[in-house]
Amino acid sequence: MSNVVSTVPKPDSAGTFLRLGAVAIVVAAVVGTFLCLGGWFSPHKLTPSRLTDGFEQANGIHSGFRRNHAKGVCVTGVFESNGRGVRLSKAEIFQSGRVPVIGRFSLGGGNPYVTDSPDAVLALALQFTQPDGEQWRTAMINLPVFPFKDPQSFYDNMVAGIPDPNTHKPDPEKIKAFLAAHPETVRAIGMIKSHPVPAGFDTSAYYGLNAFRFIDANGSATPVRWHLQPLQPFAAADSTAPHTNKNYLFDGVIAAIHQHPLQWRLILVIGQPGDPTSDASSPWPENREQLDVGTLTLDTVESEESSPTRDVNFDPLVLPSGIAPSDDPLLSARSAVYSQSFTRRAGEKKDPSAITPADVAQGSSR
Amino acid sequence: MTTPPKQFPASMRIIHWLMAALVLAMLGIGVSMVASLGDYSRLVSIHRPLGILILLLVVIRFINRRLSSLPPWPPDFPARERFVAAASEALLYTLLFLLPLVGWAMLSAARYPIVMFGSFHLFPILPHNVMLYAFLRKTHTVLAYLLFFAFAAHFGAALFHTWVLRDRFLDRMAPWRAR
Repeated sequence: MSNVVSTVPKPDSAGTFLRLGAVAIVVAAVVGTFLCLGGWFSPHKLTPSRLTDGFEQANGIHSGFRRNHAKGVCVTGVFESNGRGVRLSKAEIFQSGRVPVIGRFSLGGGNPYVTDSPDAVLALALQFTQPDGEQWRTAMINLPVFPFKDPQSFYDNMVAGIPDPNTHKPDPEKIKAFLAAHPETVRAIGMIKSHPVPAGFDTSAYYGLNAFRFIDANGSATPVRWHLQPLQPFAAADSTAPHTNKNYLFDGVIAAIHQHPLQWRLILVIGQPGDPTSDASSPWPENREQLDVGTLTLDTVESEESSPTRDVNFDPLVLPSGIAPSDDPLLSARSAVYSQSFTRRAGEKKDPSAITPADVAQGSSR
Repeated sequence: MTTPPKQFPASMRIIHWLMAALVLAMLGIGVSMVASLGDYSRLVSIHRPLGILILLLVVIRFINRRLSSLPPWPPDFPARERFVAAASEALLYTLLFLLPLVGWAMLSAARYPIVMFGSFHLFPILPHNVMLYAFLRKTHTVLAYLLFFAFAAHFGAALFHTWVLRDRFLDRMAPWRAR
């Protein structure tokens, strides 16, 4: 036998066809399993891509911008820890000392040129870099509780709010139907409405919303939520005086930061056994221990166009060793969708920001 | 005079089957995580260190292969099939090396922390550049699908030899000792 072909059984024999068929079936099963895992056969499953598509349907595609919290300015500063957090977490950031911080103030929604208004959701995203190089990224908003308990309800609400192409307004029936099916959203909105709306970014508190697990040096875990409490005296938004400047919230924080550094206390809220950690729409009882672990100082502000912070994904699951995710389904979903949004905008041409470097420079002379 | 070996040396066979299991798990994790909201973060935290482990193994494997004496081709194996076998082997080695390297590079260009386990991180191998990240992220997906189909072809060829040709070709890489 000089040629391997001569060892092949005759192709017309029934046994060969059966065996060839077996090879084909096994290989097809492997390929099918792979495609099934990749969601190829479940076109209605909510995936990171489809959720991000939802943002694009609701807001349009704005080249180079985040799919949510698109309008923003970048800030830098320091966090000075008082060392009290060490009893809850072994993360280096909670030891006494200072770590550098970069951050971004933004408005909720995917339109980077939206007009500032008292109804807007105010957000502050931060990245702390520990001396050991580990990072903690967190994206917080001014609402004390999140209106949605899982990614599906977040998505359903967003889709219900997409304006009807004929009326250019959201269909009130769809919103009513969503709220009827989601009592937790109604309850959360009630709590949100009972809080006064802050006049600006500088006087707002910012809430991390999701629960996390803080791991101490002995490895024991404590459920924790956190928020930033402003040291600037609170001022409520005046909804009776309409603003003529469409960037008044951003111009306000730029002017404030040029006048003096802005400061917040980082407050850890310590959960008790039995407190829900898997539902950001459900707040913990008011009497939970609150621990002030240090002060955030923001002292410079920059347009997104000139700041490297534009190119940072404030993925809430970038955590130092000592802070771990809870069982909240929103956390993994946020991480997945932030990553999808980041990947899409990363490859796009970067359109100019609503808040230009000139706006930021002008703020210093106000 | 010693007779030429019938099988690849034990070290190569062990790495082959270990990597087969890891790479198959990795492909499943990779394709699942990008389609999952709920399991995304857990799967990513396995995907990163597993990818680096595969990168280390493929380097060790390549060096080990260069140092080992390989079984000769079967005498009746035609030149055309030798070429296909050698080319597919080179393709698999290249993909197994490039895919984790591109993964590491893309995380570097995006300035994501490259967390292995606990507080142990890898250093970035590229400067912060999101355009570069976007290109590498796409490349990672394309290479991953290419690796999956190269694996499927490799697996199908092994089954074809074993079930249809019944030429005991698999013995060369079998985890057991060939008779």
